Amino acid sequence: MSNVPTDLRYTRTHEWVRDLKDGTVEIGITDHAQAELGDLVFVEVPEVGRQVGVGEPCAVVESVKAASDVYSPLAGEVTAGNPELATTPELVNQDPFGAGWLMRLKPANAAMLNELMSPAEYESLLQAEGA
Amino acid sequence: MERPSSTGLRQRRTPLFPLHTELGARIVDFGGWDMPVQYSSQINEHHAVRRAAGVFDVSHMCVVDVRGEKARAFLQRLLANDVGRLHEPGKALYTCMLNEQGGVIDDLIVYYLTHTWFRVVVNAGTRDKDLAWIRKHAADFGVEITERTDLAMLAVQGPEAREKVTKLLSPAGAQAAMSLGTFVGREIDGWFIARTGYTGEDGFEVMLPATDVIRVWKELNALGVASCGLGARDTLRLEAGMNLYGNDMDESKNPLESGLEWTVAFDPPSRDFIGRKPLEEIREKGSAFKLVGLVLADRGVLRSHQKVIAGDAGEGEITSGTFSPTLDRSIALARVPAKAGEWVKVDIRGKLLEAKVVKPPFVRNGKPRIDVAALQHPSAAAQAATPAKPQ
Repeated sequence: MSNVPTDLRYTRTHEWVRDLKDGTVEIGITDHAQAELGDLVFVEVPEVGRQVGVGEPCAVVESVKAASDVYSPLAGEVTAGNPELATTPELVNQDPFGAGWLMRLKPANAAMLNELMSPAEYESLLQAEGA
Repeated sequence: MERPSSTGLRQRRTPLFPLHTELGARIVDFGGWDMPVQYSSQINEHHAVRRAAGVFDVSHMCVVDVRGEKARAFLQRLLANDVGRLHEPGKALYTCMLNEQGGVIDDLIVYYLTHTWFRVVVNAGTRDKDLAWIRKHAADFGVEITERTDLAMLAVQGPEAREKVTKLLSPAGAQAAMSLGTFVGREIDGWFIARTGYTGEDGFEVMLPATDVIRVWKELNALGVASCGLGARDTLRLEAGMNLYGNDMDESKNPLESGLEWTVAFDPPSRDFIGRKPLEEIREKGSAFKLVGLVLADRGVLRSHQKVIAGDAGEGEITSGTFSPTLDRSIALARVPAKAGEWVKVDIRGKLLEAKVVKPPFVRNGKPRIDVAALQHPSAAAQAATPAKPQ
């Protein structure tokens, strides 16, 4: 059973969003997503200053098997990409909700955060997907 | 076992399927078969084979016995490599089976057992068309073709693999198994054991009664042999520089542009194997393409179908690409223009990254064959050699 922290928001495409309470959010992929992908061997994070739209591919996570896009849960400006992942992509497998974060974003509209899935809604999604 | 799949085709399962699910394997469709892609970590399974021993379910592959007085003559017509070279009973040969145009119908291993009995092992995804082709041509030679669905097949691979397998045999059987030469198989204690594989490591492929295979797998696990899925099988074979049918060659590609010229026996010239004439013509004028190994100098992962740019020589394509756990770099097989030089560029999501052309294998018997530390594009090396100017 996948771990679903209760202090985060989620998307249908298995990203999570953490409110950093400073006008920015942190974004990563869920425990379920990393388990589905398997061992990650390469992660491409967006450049600082890039403007991304909702649902826009903004990062790429590659396992031994395949490359997968990560979609931005919110519109906004990228304020950081996780620099550790260039040399240690396995952080996403080991600590998907912590050290394995992908990027930070200054949302164009912070209120949109509340429109994302709650932990309970995301758990239901995982159950519906048979995870 | 079969169940209807979402595509409407029958999905096939091996006798080990219940054990795979019990062991928590992730199951994927592979050529119409429900197969385990990994049990825990694909990379750990890969390293288990390079460093110790792992076991793979390869029962989806198709074992076919060819029997008859003209069995050898038949296979000399059917196959591009020459079974006339096989004299020691149990000796195996890797070969392509070609169509009339010289395209590859499948690659396979053929064992010489007796002068009236050969055993052929073909790929799972090509099983039906292969059998149809073999039976069609067998008619002229009066040979009997038998699909051995009663057998399961395990590949036990790695530096400790042979020793582990012998622990399941009688003392005499263990001695016989350990004395098998490379690419030789024989019947031992009721199993057909061959010193073959698809990983670049020593080991055995074992054909045994389907009814025994779950017990044997569990016994191997108990001896410390890791359960390994098709994911690790793919990274291991690619590091070993071995082709995968459907990726690196198919019916529209001939062996000369697929890195398989060494498997085509043009001598003796009198042997009229299927596909010989078109191949001779291509060989005479020179193949326009060749299959090479690539190592990515930059970070990233090479994948099949990415475009390869070989400067003035033209363009090619990655046929198999992955991340190499042993080299900690991305590696690939690619079909490139015959005149491609030492460095090419690969288009990865719109970025052109530098890759070095190398001769596979990338890894053999646990040891890297490519010095990745020395892997630097000449332009980058020149920059590094120029003393930096004070800003």
